[in-house]
Amino acid sequence: MFSKEEIAQRIAKEIKDGYYVNLGIGIPTLVANYIPKGINVVLQSENGLLGMGPFPFEGEEDADLINAGKQTITTLPGSSIFDSAMSFGMIRAQKVDLTILGAMEVSENGDIANWKIPGKMVKGMGGAMDLVASAKNIIVAMQHVNKAGESKLLPKCTLPLTGVKCIKKIVTELAVLDVLPEGGFKLLERAPGVSIEFIQQSTAGKLIVEGEIPEMRLD
Amino acid sequence: MINKVVSGAEEAIKDISDGATLMLGGFGLCGIPENCINALVNKQVKNLTCISNNAGVDDFGIGLMLKQRQVKKMISSYVGENAEFERQLLSGELEVDLIPQGTLATRCLAAGYGMPAIFTPAGVGTEIAEGKEVRNFDGKDYLMEYAFDADYAIVKAWKGDTAGNLIFRSTSRNFNPVMAMAGKITIAEVEELVEAGELDPDYIHTPGIYVHRIFQGKDYEKRIEQRTVRKSEG
Repeated sequence: MFSKEEIAQRIAKEIKDGYYVNLGIGIPTLVANYIPKGINVVLQSENGLLGMGPFPFEGEEDADLINAGKQTITTLPGSSIFDSAMSFGMIRAQKVDLTILGAMEVSENGDIANWKIPGKMVKGMGGAMDLVASAKNIIVAMQHVNKAGESKLLPKCTLPLTGVKCIKKIVTELAVLDVLPEGGFKLLERAPGVSIEFIQQSTAGKLIVEGEIPEMRLD
Repeated sequence: MINKVVSGAEEAIKDISDGATLMLGGFGLCGIPENCINALVNKQVKNLTCISNNAGVDDFGIGLMLKQRQVKKMISSYVGENAEFERQLLSGELEVDLIPQGTLATRCLAAGYGMPAIFTPAGVGTEIAEGKEVRNFDGKDYLMEYAFDADYAIVKAWKGDTAGNLIFRSTSRNFNPVMAMAGKITIAEVEELVEAGELDPDYIHTPGIYVHRIFQGKDYEKRIEQRTVRKSEG
Protein backbone atom coordinates (compact mmCIF):
# COMPACT_ATOMS: atom_id res chain seq x y z
CA MET A 1 0.00 0.00 0.00
CA PHE A 2 1.28 3.46 -0.86
CA SER A 3 1.73 6.40 1.48
CA LYS A 4 0.58 9.88 0.45
CA GLU A 5 4.19 10.67 -0.46
CA GLU A 6 4.32 7.61 -2.71
CA ILE A 7 1.04 8.52 -4.42
CA ALA A 8 2.59 11.90 -5.18
CA GLN A 9 5.77 10.25 -6.38
CA ARG A 10 3.83 7.98 -8.76
CA ILE A 11 1.84 10.90 -10.18
CA ALA A 12 5.03 12.87 -10.78
CA LYS A 13 5.96 10.26 -13.39
CA GLU A 14 3.03 11.50 -15.52
CA ILE A 15 4.59 14.96 -15.83
CA LYS A 16 6.38 15.59 -19.12
CA ASP A 17 9.05 18.05 -20.16
CA GLY A 18 7.57 21.44 -21.05
CA TYR A 19 4.35 21.01 -19.08
CA TYR A 20 2.54 23.80 -17.29
CA VAL A 21 0.96 22.10 -14.26
CA ASN A 22 -1.61 23.16 -11.68
CA LEU A 23 -1.39 21.34 -8.35
CA GLY A 24 -4.34 21.29 -5.95
CA ILE A 25 -4.23 21.27 -2.17
CA GLY A 26 -3.30 18.11 -0.23
CA ILE A 27 -1.51 15.17 -1.86
CA PRO A 28 -1.21 17.08 -5.19
CA THR A 29 0.98 19.70 -3.48
CA LEU A 30 3.48 16.95 -2.62
CA VAL A 31 3.92 16.13 -6.31
CA ALA A 32 6.17 19.19 -6.64
CA ASN A 33 8.81 17.36 -4.55
CA TYR A 34 9.12 14.50 -7.05
CA ILE A 35 9.24 16.12 -10.48
CA PRO A 36 11.78 14.06 -12.42
CA LYS A 37 15.25 15.56 -12.70
CA GLY A 38 16.19 17.04 -16.05
CA ILE A 39 12.74 18.07 -17.19
CA ASN A 40 11.45 21.61 -17.28
CA VAL A 41 8.05 22.11 -15.69
CA VAL A 42 6.28 25.33 -14.71
CA LEU A 43 3.88 25.18 -11.77
CA GLN A 44 0.84 27.42 -11.91
CA SER A 45 -0.72 28.68 -8.73
CA GLU A 46 -4.21 29.95 -9.49
CA ASN A 47 -3.98 32.94 -7.17
CA GLY A 48 -1.78 34.42 -9.88
CA LEU A 49 1.69 32.94 -10.32
CA LEU A 50 3.50 30.92 -12.95
CA GLY A 51 6.80 29.46 -11.85
CA MET A 52 6.14 28.55 -8.25
CA GLY A 53 9.35 27.87 -6.35
CA PRO A 54 10.02 26.05 -3.08
CA PHE A 55 9.16 27.33 0.39
CA PRO A 56 11.31 30.29 1.46
CA PHE A 57 14.19 29.91 3.87
CA GLU A 58 13.31 30.69 7.46
CA GLY A 59 13.19 34.45 7.94
CA GLU A 60 12.63 35.12 4.23
CA GLU A 61 8.86 34.60 4.20
CA ASP A 62 6.96 37.28 2.30
CA ALA A 63 3.29 37.79 3.24
CA ASP A 64 2.64 39.04 -0.30
CA LEU A 65 3.92 35.83 -1.92
CA ILE A 66 1.74 32.80 -1.33
CA ASN A 67 0.32 29.87 -3.28
CA ALA A 68 -3.30 28.78 -3.68
CA GLY A 69 -3.02 26.87 -0.39
CA LYS A 70 -2.09 30.19 1.29
CA GLN A 71 1.41 28.86 2.02
CA THR A 72 4.43 31.15 1.80
CA ILE A 73 6.45 30.29 -1.31
CA THR A 74 9.11 31.76 -3.60
CA THR A 75 9.38 32.66 -7.26
CA LEU A 76 11.94 31.27 -9.70
CA PRO A 77 13.90 32.83 -12.56
CA GLY A 78 11.29 33.29 -15.30
CA SER A 79 8.31 33.50 -12.95
CA SER A 80 5.42 35.81 -13.74
CA ILE A 81 2.63 37.32 -11.64
CA PHE A 82 -0.87 38.18 -12.86
CA ASP A 83 -4.36 38.83 -11.59
CA SER A 84 -7.05 36.26 -10.82
CA ALA A 85 -9.00 36.83 -14.04
CA MET A 86 -5.95 36.19 -16.21
CA SER A 87 -5.09 33.16 -14.08
CA PHE A 88 -8.41 31.54 -14.87
CA GLY A 89 -8.25 32.86 -18.41
CA MET A 90 -5.18 30.72 -19.07
CA ILE A 91 -6.89 27.77 -17.39
CA ARG A 92 -10.08 28.18 -19.43
CA ALA A 93 -8.09 28.63 -22.63
CA GLN A 94 -6.35 25.30 -21.93
CA LYS A 95 -2.85 26.72 -21.70
CA VAL A 96 -2.28 24.60 -18.59
CA ASP A 97 -1.32 21.06 -19.66
CA LEU A 98 -2.09 19.06 -16.54
CA THR A 99 -4.23 19.52 -13.45
CA ILE A 100 -3.75 17.33 -10.38
CA LEU A 101 -6.35 17.56 -7.67
CA GLY A 102 -7.91 15.71 -4.76
CA ALA A 103 -11.45 14.30 -4.59
CA MET A 104 -14.03 13.00 -2.17
CA GLU A 105 -15.68 10.85 -4.85
CA VAL A 106 -15.12 9.94 -8.50
CA SER A 107 -17.71 8.09 -10.57
CA GLU A 108 -17.07 5.50 -13.25
CA ASN A 109 -18.05 7.99 -15.96
CA GLY A 110 -15.49 10.54 -14.74
CA ASP A 111 -17.66 12.82 -12.60
CA ILE A 112 -15.92 14.31 -9.56
CA ALA A 113 -17.21 15.61 -6.22
CA ASN A 114 -14.88 17.48 -3.89
CA TRP A 115 -16.39 20.67 -2.56
CA LYS A 116 -19.35 20.07 -0.30
CA ILE A 117 -20.99 17.58 2.07
CA PRO A 118 -24.56 18.89 2.46
CA GLY A 119 -25.34 19.85 6.04
CA LYS A 120 -21.86 18.95 7.28
CA MET A 121 -19.03 20.60 5.45
CA VAL A 122 -19.03 23.54 3.12
CA LYS A 123 -15.65 24.87 2.18
CA GLY A 124 -16.44 25.88 -1.35
CA MET A 125 -15.11 24.89 -4.73
CA GLY A 126 -12.33 27.46 -4.97
CA GLY A 127 -10.87 27.03 -8.44
CA ALA A 128 -11.75 23.34 -8.77
CA MET A 129 -14.88 23.78 -10.90
CA ASP A 130 -13.01 26.02 -13.33
CA LEU A 131 -10.08 23.62 -13.51
CA VAL A 132 -12.08 20.44 -14.11
CA ALA A 133 -14.35 22.11 -16.66
CA SER A 134 -11.45 23.24 -18.82
CA ALA A 135 -8.34 21.16 -18.20
CA LYS A 136 -7.08 18.98 -21.05
CA ASN A 137 -5.78 16.36 -18.66
CA ILE A 138 -6.80 15.80 -15.06
CA ILE A 139 -5.35 13.32 -12.59
CA VAL A 140 -7.05 12.73 -9.26
CA ALA A 141 -4.87 11.96 -6.25
CA MET A 142 -6.84 10.50 -3.39
CA GLN A 143 -7.33 7.68 -0.91
CA HIS A 144 -9.23 4.72 -2.39
CA VAL A 145 -11.68 4.59 0.54
CA ASN A 146 -12.91 7.29 2.95
CA LYS A 147 -12.41 7.38 6.71
CA ALA A 148 -15.57 5.30 7.18
CA GLY A 149 -14.04 2.61 4.96
CA GLU A 150 -16.38 3.29 2.03
CA SER A 151 -15.16 3.29 -1.54
CA LYS A 152 -14.59 6.68 -3.17
CA LEU A 153 -14.69 5.12 -6.66
CA LEU A 154 -18.41 4.83 -7.29
CA PRO A 155 -20.94 3.94 -9.99
CA LYS A 156 -22.37 7.44 -9.43
CA CYS A 157 -21.29 10.26 -7.11
CA THR A 158 -23.52 10.78 -4.07
CA LEU A 159 -22.15 14.23 -3.16
CA PRO A 160 -22.77 17.47 -5.11
CA LEU A 161 -20.66 17.41 -8.26
CA THR A 162 -17.68 19.60 -9.03
CA GLY A 163 -17.60 18.57 -12.69
CA VAL A 164 -19.00 15.98 -15.07
CA LYS A 165 -17.16 13.44 -17.26
CA CYS A 166 -13.81 15.11 -16.75
CA ILE A 167 -11.52 12.76 -14.80
CA LYS A 168 -9.23 10.57 -16.89
CA LYS A 169 -6.83 9.06 -14.37
CA ILE A 170 -6.82 8.26 -10.65
CA VAL A 171 -3.89 7.37 -8.42
CA THR A 172 -4.68 6.01 -4.93
CA GLU A 173 -2.74 4.19 -2.22
CA LEU A 174 -3.90 0.95 -3.88
CA ALA A 175 -3.86 1.46 -7.62
CA VAL A 176 -3.50 3.49 -10.79
CA LEU A 177 -6.70 3.51 -12.84
CA ASP A 178 -7.92 5.09 -16.04
CA VAL A 179 -11.51 6.26 -16.31
CA LEU A 180 -12.69 5.00 -19.68
CA PRO A 181 -14.73 7.28 -21.97
CA GLU A 182 -17.43 4.57 -22.19
CA GLY A 183 -17.46 4.23 -18.38
CA GLY A 184 -15.59 2.08 -15.87
CA PHE A 185 -12.33 2.15 -13.92
CA LYS A 186 -9.63 0.31 -15.87
CA LEU A 187 -7.00 -1.08 -13.52
CA LEU A 188 -3.53 -0.26 -14.83
CA GLU A 189 -1.21 -0.85 -11.88
CA ARG A 190 -1.49 -2.01 -8.29
CA ALA A 191 0.53 -0.88 -5.27
CA PRO A 192 3.21 -3.34 -4.12
CA GLY A 193 1.69 -6.20 -2.12
CA VAL A 194 -1.92 -5.25 -2.94
CA SER A 195 -4.03 -7.94 -4.60
CA ILE A 196 -6.51 -7.40 -7.40
CA GLU A 197 -9.18 -8.90 -5.14
CA PHE A 198 -8.50 -6.23 -2.51
CA ILE A 199 -8.72 -3.46 -5.12
CA GLN A 200 -11.98 -5.02 -6.35
CA GLN A 201 -13.39 -5.02 -2.80
CA SER A 202 -12.37 -1.38 -2.36
CA THR A 203 -13.94 -0.24 -5.64
CA ALA A 204 -17.73 0.21 -5.67
CA GLY A 205 -17.87 1.28 -9.31
CA LYS A 206 -17.24 -0.96 -12.31
CA LEU A 207 -13.64 -2.21 -12.22
CA ILE A 208 -12.16 -3.47 -15.46
CA VAL A 209 -9.27 -5.89 -15.14
CA GLU A 210 -7.63 -7.13 -18.33
CA GLY A 211 -4.49 -9.26 -18.49
CA GLU A 212 -1.54 -8.98 -16.13
CA ILE A 213 -1.65 -5.98 -13.76
CA PRO A 214 1.90 -4.90 -12.91
CA GLU A 215 2.95 -3.40 -9.59
CA MET A 216 3.47 0.38 -9.51
CA ARG A 217 7.08 1.45 -9.82
CA LEU A 218 8.42 4.69 -8.47
CA ASP A 219 11.87 4.81 -10.12
CA MET B 1 -4.64 65.52 -12.93
CA ILE B 2 -7.75 64.86 -10.91
CA ASN B 3 -6.84 64.44 -7.27
CA LYS B 4 -8.41 61.33 -5.72
CA VAL B 5 -6.76 61.52 -2.31
CA VAL B 6 -8.82 61.22 0.88
CA SER B 7 -7.49 61.47 4.42
CA GLY B 8 -7.85 57.84 5.44
CA ALA B 9 -10.08 54.80 5.73
CA GLU B 10 -12.80 56.56 7.75
CA GLU B 11 -13.28 59.25 5.10
CA ALA B 12 -12.99 56.73 2.27
CA ILE B 13 -15.87 54.62 3.56
CA LYS B 14 -17.96 57.35 5.19
CA ASP B 15 -20.91 57.06 2.78
CA ILE B 16 -21.10 53.26 2.86
CA SER B 17 -24.43 52.54 4.47
CA ASP B 18 -26.47 49.53 5.59
CA GLY B 19 -27.41 47.18 2.78
CA ALA B 20 -24.56 48.13 0.45
CA THR B 21 -22.87 45.64 -1.89
CA LEU B 22 -19.10 45.64 -1.48
CA MET B 23 -16.29 43.96 -3.36
CA LEU B 24 -13.22 43.30 -1.24
CA GLY B 25 -9.89 42.40 -2.83
CA GLY B 26 -7.47 39.77 -1.58
CA PHE B 27 -6.83 36.05 -1.67
CA GLY B 28 -6.96 34.50 1.76
CA LEU B 29 -5.36 37.22 3.91
CA CYS B 30 -2.96 38.22 1.13
CA GLY B 31 -3.63 41.69 -0.28
CA ILE B 32 -6.77 42.44 1.74
CA PRO B 33 -7.71 46.07 2.42
CA GLU B 34 -6.97 45.90 6.14
CA ASN B 35 -7.54 49.57 6.90
CA CYS B 36 -10.95 49.75 5.25
CA ILE B 37 -12.10 46.48 6.82
CA ASN B 38 -11.19 47.80 10.26
CA ALA B 39 -13.02 51.05 9.51
CA LEU B 40 -16.12 49.12 8.40
CA VAL B 41 -15.97 47.12 11.64
CA ASN B 42 -15.78 50.36 13.67
CA LYS B 43 -18.58 51.98 11.67
CA GLN B 44 -20.76 48.92 12.30
CA VAL B 45 -22.64 49.12 9.00
CA LYS B 46 -24.97 46.16 8.62
CA ASN B 47 -26.77 43.98 6.10
CA LEU B 48 -23.82 44.10 3.75
CA THR B 49 -23.41 41.90 0.71
CA CYS B 50 -19.71 41.12 0.38
CA ILE B 51 -18.11 39.79 -2.78
CA SER B 52 -14.70 38.41 -1.85
CA ASN B 53 -12.86 35.23 -2.77
CA ASN B 54 -12.53 34.24 0.89
CA ALA B 55 -14.02 35.37 4.17
CA GLY B 56 -10.89 35.98 6.21
CA VAL B 57 -10.17 33.99 9.35
CA ASP B 58 -12.05 34.15 12.63
CA ASP B 59 -10.10 37.09 14.04
CA PHE B 60 -8.79 38.89 10.96
CA GLY B 61 -10.06 40.35 7.71
CA ILE B 62 -13.71 39.86 6.78
CA GLY B 63 -13.95 37.43 9.70
CA LEU B 64 -14.12 40.49 11.96
CA MET B 65 -17.20 41.73 10.11
CA LEU B 66 -18.81 38.29 10.26
CA LYS B 67 -18.27 38.09 14.00
CA GLN B 68 -20.27 41.31 14.41
CA ARG B 69 -23.01 40.02 12.08
CA GLN B 70 -22.48 42.90 9.67
CA VAL B 71 -22.72 40.64 6.65
CA LYS B 72 -26.07 39.50 5.29
CA LYS B 73 -24.68 37.70 2.27
CA MET B 74 -21.26 36.49 1.17
CA ILE B 75 -20.35 35.74 -2.42
CA SER B 76 -17.12 33.71 -2.32
CA SER B 77 -15.37 30.71 -3.80
CA TYR B 78 -13.68 29.21 -0.75
CA VAL B 79 -14.40 29.71 2.93
CA GLY B 80 -12.56 26.78 4.46
CA GLU B 81 -10.40 28.80 6.81
CA ASN B 82 -13.17 30.41 8.79
CA ALA B 83 -14.99 28.37 11.43
CA GLU B 84 -17.43 31.17 12.32
CA PHE B 85 -18.36 31.52 8.65
CA GLU B 86 -19.05 27.80 8.34
CA ARG B 87 -21.13 27.88 11.52
CA GLN B 88 -23.27 30.82 10.34
CA LEU B 89 -23.67 29.18 6.95
CA LEU B 90 -24.73 25.76 8.25
CA SER B 91 -27.13 27.34 10.75
CA GLY B 92 -28.71 29.49 8.04
CA GLU B 93 -27.84 32.82 9.71
CA LEU B 94 -25.74 33.87 6.75
CA GLU B 95 -26.76 33.78 3.12
CA VAL B 96 -23.94 32.42 0.99
CA ASP B 97 -23.44 32.17 -2.72
CA LEU B 98 -20.46 29.93 -3.42
CA ILE B 99 -19.24 30.33 -6.97
CA PRO B 100 -16.19 29.07 -8.87
CA GLN B 101 -13.10 31.22 -8.40
CA GLY B 102 -12.64 31.85 -12.12
CA THR B 103 -16.30 32.79 -12.46
CA LEU B 104 -15.90 35.22 -9.57
CA ALA B 105 -12.86 36.86 -11.13
CA THR B 106 -14.36 37.00 -14.60
CA ARG B 107 -17.67 38.46 -13.40
CA CYS B 108 -15.57 41.29 -11.93
CA LEU B 109 -13.66 41.61 -15.18
CA ALA B 110 -16.90 41.76 -17.17
CA ALA B 111 -18.17 44.61 -14.98
CA GLY B 112 -14.95 46.53 -15.47
CA TYR B 113 -14.99 45.90 -19.21
CA GLY B 114 -18.62 46.96 -19.63
CA MET B 115 -19.87 43.53 -20.63
CA PRO B 116 -23.18 42.33 -19.15
CA ALA B 117 -22.37 38.62 -18.97
CA ILE B 118 -19.83 35.91 -19.63
CA PHE B 119 -20.02 32.28 -20.73
CA THR B 120 -17.98 29.77 -18.78
CA PRO B 121 -17.89 25.96 -18.66
CA ALA B 122 -17.24 26.02 -14.90
CA GLY B 123 -20.12 24.41 -13.05
CA VAL B 124 -21.95 22.92 -16.05
CA GLY B 125 -23.88 19.85 -14.86
CA THR B 126 -23.52 20.77 -11.18
CA GLU B 127 -25.95 22.31 -8.69
CA ILE B 128 -24.59 25.80 -9.34
CA ALA B 129 -25.96 25.56 -12.89
CA GLU B 130 -29.53 25.36 -11.61
CA GLY B 131 -31.69 28.10 -13.10
CA LYS B 132 -28.91 29.43 -15.29
CA GLU B 133 -28.99 29.75 -19.04
CA VAL B 134 -26.82 27.15 -20.82
CA ARG B 135 -25.50 27.84 -24.30
CA ASN B 136 -23.68 25.42 -26.54
CA PHE B 137 -20.72 26.67 -28.56
CA ASP B 138 -18.88 24.21 -30.81
CA GLY B 139 -20.32 21.21 -29.01
CA LYS B 140 -19.48 22.33 -25.48
CA ASP B 141 -21.91 23.70 -22.88
CA TYR B 142 -21.32 27.00 -21.10
CA LEU B 143 -23.18 28.76 -18.30
CA MET B 144 -24.16 32.37 -18.69
CA GLU B 145 -23.01 34.32 -15.64
CA TYR B 146 -23.79 38.00 -15.12
CA ALA B 147 -21.31 40.79 -14.50
CA PHE B 148 -21.28 41.87 -10.88
CA ASP B 149 -23.03 45.04 -9.87
CA ALA B 150 -21.28 46.36 -6.77
CA ASP B 151 -21.79 49.72 -5.07
CA TYR B 152 -18.20 49.82 -3.85
CA ALA B 153 -14.99 48.00 -4.66
CA ILE B 154 -12.37 48.18 -1.92
CA VAL B 155 -8.86 47.17 -2.89
CA LYS B 156 -5.35 47.19 -1.53
CA ALA B 157 -2.35 48.12 -3.67
CA TRP B 158 1.37 48.42 -3.01
CA LYS B 159 1.89 51.84 -4.56
CA GLY B 160 -0.52 54.41 -5.80
CA ASP B 161 -0.42 58.02 -6.89
CA THR B 162 -2.66 61.01 -6.28
CA ALA B 163 -4.33 60.42 -9.67
CA GLY B 164 -5.47 56.96 -8.50
CA ASN B 165 -3.05 54.87 -10.56
CA LEU B 166 -2.18 51.60 -8.83
CA ILE B 167 0.68 49.10 -8.77
CA PHE B 168 0.34 45.80 -6.98
CA ARG B 169 3.09 43.68 -5.50
CA SER B 170 3.63 39.96 -5.99
CA THR B 171 0.66 37.64 -5.44
CA SER B 172 -1.13 40.26 -3.36
CA ARG B 173 -2.31 41.42 -6.80
CA ASN B 174 -4.86 38.53 -7.07
CA PHE B 175 -8.44 39.92 -7.24
CA ASN B 176 -7.49 43.53 -6.55
CA PRO B 177 -7.08 44.83 -10.12
CA VAL B 178 -10.25 43.17 -11.45
CA MET B 179 -12.31 44.38 -8.51
CA ALA B 180 -10.81 47.86 -8.81
CA MET B 181 -12.33 48.04 -12.29
CA ALA B 182 -15.72 46.77 -11.19
CA GLY B 183 -17.06 49.07 -8.46
CA LYS B 184 -19.42 51.99 -9.03
CA ILE B 185 -17.15 53.65 -6.46
CA THR B 186 -13.66 52.21 -6.08
CA ILE B 187 -11.64 52.84 -2.95
CA ALA B 188 -7.93 51.99 -2.94
CA GLU B 189 -5.70 51.85 0.11
CA VAL B 190 -1.99 51.75 -0.64
CA GLU B 191 1.19 51.12 1.28
CA GLU B 192 2.90 54.06 -0.38
CA LEU B 193 1.12 57.05 -1.87
CA VAL B 194 3.16 59.26 -4.21
CA GLU B 195 2.55 62.36 -6.31
CA ALA B 196 1.17 61.94 -9.83
CA GLY B 197 4.16 61.64 -12.14
CA GLU B 198 6.31 59.57 -9.82
CA LEU B 199 5.07 56.21 -11.12
CA ASP B 200 6.19 55.09 -14.58
CA PRO B 201 3.04 54.98 -16.76
CA ASP B 202 4.34 51.76 -18.35
CA TYR B 203 4.18 49.97 -15.02
CA ILE B 204 0.66 50.93 -13.91
CA HIS B 205 -1.58 47.90 -13.32
CA THR B 206 -4.81 49.81 -12.70
CA PRO B 207 -5.32 53.17 -14.43
CA GLY B 208 -6.63 55.92 -12.17
CA ILE B 209 -9.87 56.28 -14.15
CA TYR B 210 -11.17 53.25 -12.24
CA VAL B 211 -10.23 54.62 -8.82
CA HIS B 212 -12.36 57.23 -7.06
CA ARG B 213 -10.70 57.49 -3.65
CA ILE B 214 -7.17 56.68 -2.59
CA PHE B 215 -5.27 56.96 0.67
CA GLN B 216 -2.08 55.79 2.27
CA GLY B 217 -2.89 53.01 4.70
CA LYS B 218 -1.13 52.45 8.00
CA ASP B 219 -0.16 49.76 10.48
CA TYR B 220 -0.34 46.88 8.01
CA GLU B 221 -0.25 43.57 9.81
CA LYS B 222 -0.06 41.45 6.62
CA ARG B 223 -0.79 38.30 8.52
CA ILE B 224 0.49 35.04 7.06
CA GLU B 225 -2.04 32.22 7.02
CA GLN B 226 0.30 29.26 6.42
CA ARG B 227 3.90 30.00 7.27
CA THR B 228 5.85 27.36 5.37
CA VAL B 229 9.66 27.43 5.26
CA ARG B 230 12.63 25.24 4.48
CA LYS B 231 15.79 25.00 6.51
CA SER B 232 18.81 26.98 5.38
CA GLU B 233 21.35 24.93 3.54
CA GLY B 234 24.56 24.36 5.46
